[in-house]
Amino acid sequence: MPYSRTDMAAKAAADIPEGWVVNLGIGMPTLIANEVPLEREVIFQSENGVLGMGPAPEQGKETPWLINAGKQFVTLRKGGSFCHHADSFSMIRGGHIDLCVLGGFEVAENGDLANWATSENDTAPAVGGAMDLGAGAKRLWVVMDHTTKDGRPKIVEKCGYPLTALSNVSRVYTNLAVLDVVPELGFVVRDIADGVSLEELQAKSAAKLHTRA
Amino acid sequence: MINKIVNSLAEALSGVKDGSTVLIGGFGSAGQPDELIEALIEQGAKDLVCVANNAGTGHVGLARLMELGRVRKIICSFPRSANSVVFEQLYREGKIELEIVPQGTLAERMRAAGAGIPAFYTATSHGTLLARGKEEREFEGRHYVMERALHADVALVEAWKADRWGNLVYNQSGRNFNPVMATAAELTIVQTQHIVELGDLDPEAIATPGIYVNRVVQVDRGAPWAP
Repeated sequence: MPYSRTDMAAKAAADIPEGWVVNLGIGMPTLIANEVPLEREVIFQSENGVLGMGPAPEQGKETPWLINAGKQFVTLRKGGSFCHHADSFSMIRGGHIDLCVLGGFEVAENGDLANWATSENDTAPAVGGAMDLGAGAKRLWVVMDHTTKDGRPKIVEKCGYPLTALSNVSRVYTNLAVLDVVPELGFVVRDIADGVSLEELQAKSAAKLHTRA
Repeated sequence: MINKIVNSLAEALSGVKDGSTVLIGGFGSAGQPDELIEALIEQGAKDLVCVANNAGTGHVGLARLMELGRVRKIICSFPRSANSVVFEQLYREGKIELEIVPQGTLAERMRAAGAGIPAFYTATSHGTLLARGKEEREFEGRHYVMERALHADVALVEAWKADRWGNLVYNQSGRNFNPVMATAAELTIVQTQHIVELGDLDPEAIATPGIYVNRVVQVDRGAPWAP
C-alpha cells in the first residue's frame, strides 16, 4: 500500500524535533504542520514574514491580514512575530532556518532539486522563494510522489528539468518510500511502504537505490 | 510643520511620469495598496516597469493596468498565480517583458537600493537558469551570484496606521514587501486606513520611519479581499 498524502506528511513530521525552525513549501509540504503536535514546539516560518505560525483558524475566525506563502489563512501562536520580506529572507539566506521542505518535479542522486520549471522554454515559470530556500536552509527535504502521473520516475541520476538548487536535498519522502540522499553515494532507502518490494521501488526509480548494509 | 498627508488619491499619484519603475507592495491581498493602484490607472502614466511579487489576478488592479497596455515590463517572482489571465495572455502575445527574480533576491535587491548598496552576492540561483549571464564569485569555497540593487521611481505602499511624518505601522502579514519597497523609491506613496496624531504611534512599533515616506493618503478599504 503506497503512503497517502497524510502518511507522507506524518512521516516527515515525525522526523522534525522540537526546537527546529521550519519552512514548508506550498502544496503537499504544508500538510506537515498538521502532523506536528503543538506541545512539540516547532517554529514554522512563512516567507511572507510570519514566524511562529499556528494551526489553521477555526471557520469564521479567519483574518485576511494573516496568510501564509500559499495565501491560505493561518494563525500566529504565542511567541510568534512578523517581519518584512527582506528580513524574512535574511532568516532563510542567512542559514537560520533548520529545515525547508519543498515539493519536487525531480530529485537527483547528488541532491539536486528541480521544482520550478518544466523546460528551458517554459513560457513564464514561477520560482517564488524556492531558490532562496533551496540554497539557504540548513537542511532541504522534498515531499513528492515517487513517479509522475504517467509513471515516469522522479528519483533520477541527473535532473532533466531546470534546477532549483544544487546538491542540497538530504531526504525525500515519497508515496512509496523514504530515501536519504548521501553525498558520494546517492539514494539510500530509509523506509519503504508496506507491500512495496525493493525490486518494485528500484524499477520505479531512475537512479540506483542503496540499502543500509 | 511637516505634513505628508495629502487629501486625495489623485493628489497622491500626481506627477508620476511615463516610463517610471513602480514598486507595488503586498503579498496576496494582504498589504496590497489597491486604491493606489486604481489611482495610478486613473492617473494615466504608461510605459511602466512594475515590480511586485505576482503579476496580477483577474481583471482588476495590476492586471487591469497591464490589460490597458500601460505596463512595458513586469519584475516579479511568481507570475503564474491562480487566475493571472491577463499576464499570461500578454506574455504569450509578446506584449509584455518578464524578469523573474527569486523572491528573496527581489526583496534584497530593493533593500540594497534603499541602503545604498549597488550590488551584492547571494548563493540563491547559483547553477540555475536564473544565474545565466550574471557575474559569479567564490567566497570560502561556496559559489555566489552577483545581483544588482533595484531602484525605483515610485513605491506604492499599504500601511495599517500612519502619522503626518509618514511613520508607518503594518498589520500582521500585511507588512511583507511594503517596508522594503518604501526605502527603494524616489517617491514613496502610502495608503492607510488610519491616520493618527503625531506621537500616537508607539516608537518601538514603527516599522517604517517617516524618512522613507513622501505622501500619505487615507482610504476606507476595510479588510483586504480574501486571498
